[in-house]
Amino acid sequence: MHPAYSVIIFTTASGAGYGLLALASLLALTGHIETSRWLGFTLFGVAFALITLGLLSSTFHLGRPERAWRAFSQWRSSWLSREGVLAAFTYLPAGMIALGWVIYETVASPWHIAGWISLPCAIATVWCTGMIYASLKTIRQWHNRLVAPIYVVLALATGALCLQLIISLFDQPALLAGWIAISGLGAGLVMKLLYWRSIDMQPKTRTAEQATGLGSFGAVRSLDLPHSQPNYVMREMGYAVARKHGLRLRYLTIFFGFLNPIAATLLANSQMTEMPAVWATLAFASAGLGMFMERWLFFAEAQHVVTLYYGARTA
Amino acid sequence: MTMLPEKTDKKLGLVIDLDTCVGCQACVTSCKEWNTGGYSAPLSDIDPYGADPNGAWLNRVHTYEAGDGMQGQTVHFPRSCLHCETPECVTVCPTGASYKRAEDGIVLVNPDTCIGCKLCSWACPYGAREYDADHGVMKKCTLCVDRIYNETIPEDDRIPACVRACPTSARHFGDLGDPESDISKLVAERGGYDLMPEMGYKPVNKYLPPRPRRNKSDVAEASPLQGNPAVQNSGKVSIADKFFAWADNVLSR
Repeated sequence: MHPAYSVIIFTTASGAGYGLLALASLLALTGHIETSRWLGFTLFGVAFALITLGLLSSTFHLGRPERAWRAFSQWRSSWLSREGVLAAFTYLPAGMIALGWVIYETVASPWHIAGWISLPCAIATVWCTGMIYASLKTIRQWHNRLVAPIYVVLALATGALCLQLIISLFDQPALLAGWIAISGLGAGLVMKLLYWRSIDMQPKTRTAEQATGLGSFGAVRSLDLPHSQPNYVMREMGYAVARKHGLRLRYLTIFFGFLNPIAATLLANSQMTEMPAVWATLAFASAGLGMFMERWLFFAEAQHVVTLYYGARTA
Repeated sequence: MTMLPEKTDKKLGLVIDLDTCVGCQACVTSCKEWNTGGYSAPLSDIDPYGADPNGAWLNRVHTYEAGDGMQGQTVHFPRSCLHCETPECVTVCPTGASYKRAEDGIVLVNPDTCIGCKLCSWACPYGAREYDADHGVMKKCTLCVDRIYNETIPEDDRIPACVRACPTSARHFGDLGDPESDISKLVAERGGYDLMPEMGYKPVNKYLPPRPRRNKSDVAEASPLQGNPAVQNSGKVSIADKFFAWADNVLSR
């Protein structure tokens, strides 16, 4: 599948934004973070910026962005529509708790109701993003039960890194956010390794013979394409990354996306450093790069079944 | 509304005869010609006379080799929307632009409400949907919905443009939901099959398999000249007869 940069930026940025929103709300509701004005302003400002940047970016890949509002209508059948509805709705309770935190410097009653609503909404929105991909039977590497959970866990992990960074910029102890980030990154790494193992081990059971129904004559080979130049289907669905590069990118993803941020987070929360914010910045930046590669690979390693009509022997 | 209808009154669709399709692309160009001015208009072409021409086409003809040696076949393989009974291209659509008609089962995209998110093309295993980068919306076969019910054109023409254009009658149009229709009988008689039934989308369109290749002795027996009494009785074979016998032999290979 062709990796569209707008979709990669959307899923990584809004993922981190929703993760930050969910965790900031959770920590505040459970009394683990000081609900001071400027900290709240920064936390929600960054969360809303990441989410909104992501959502705007996602409309860039639309052919008719001015009609994007129509995507709120088909929530009964479409995960993309559900994502849109939840994304839009989440602004409401998230805005309410932000209001309480920033204006009144409290998330106690009645603001806590908004907090307990925005928390699951943020997570559910990311879940919907994952399900857009996981629900497609046409792409084996996406139609995998780990896909949606990985989207959620990585959103929470990157959100926790962002939370840690902001808290440490305010010279407050970010130990809890750090541990959430490490747990999230650890869980994410394990899930990602299991996911890669799963898609590598799964046999490619779909064949060109099945796709054409001509298997009774023997092996089926594409002799002539219907056109001289690659068409939309080939450009969009036929994109493939060389296996050698794919493996290298997996290693880079593991390093930049998981190991490096975990190490930097440990350092940020250790007694060894006088400048935890520097390490927290490094952790967040490295994870951002790693998540970009992870998302790029998620597309590039996915093989669509339609490639069977365009010369692929198995899918 | 992207929820699928519980059932459709008719199942209009195409039957493609892989035995007689000669890969002439007449259906492809005829489809493009009609639909670039019809329901899906325009079907944009980008860089049409340049080095990298590409554009939206609703029907494409592949050519495959199947098998080896004497039993091997070269098969021309037209591919367009199969108007599935349970198509996920419709249910994934976030706007309701994609829909399946309850009255005849035709799957359509409303070009006025499509946002061009391309998700439907990802959900289709058959590559039937092509994004029109110029128009910004998704394009797909309409089964020539603007021909088959069109009372302003002669009755003969009220069939899809591809079917009308096919010089070898390799394309058939009709109601596949009615077991008594000509097209359903043809499918039953020739063993018509679904493409990738395991995907579970229940395609309406059917493909008729190529007939197995006749071997050489069968061909010789079936040669019309050998059974021709005029040739046998005269005892003398004219040059014209020899030519036709040779031509028949060549063409039967």
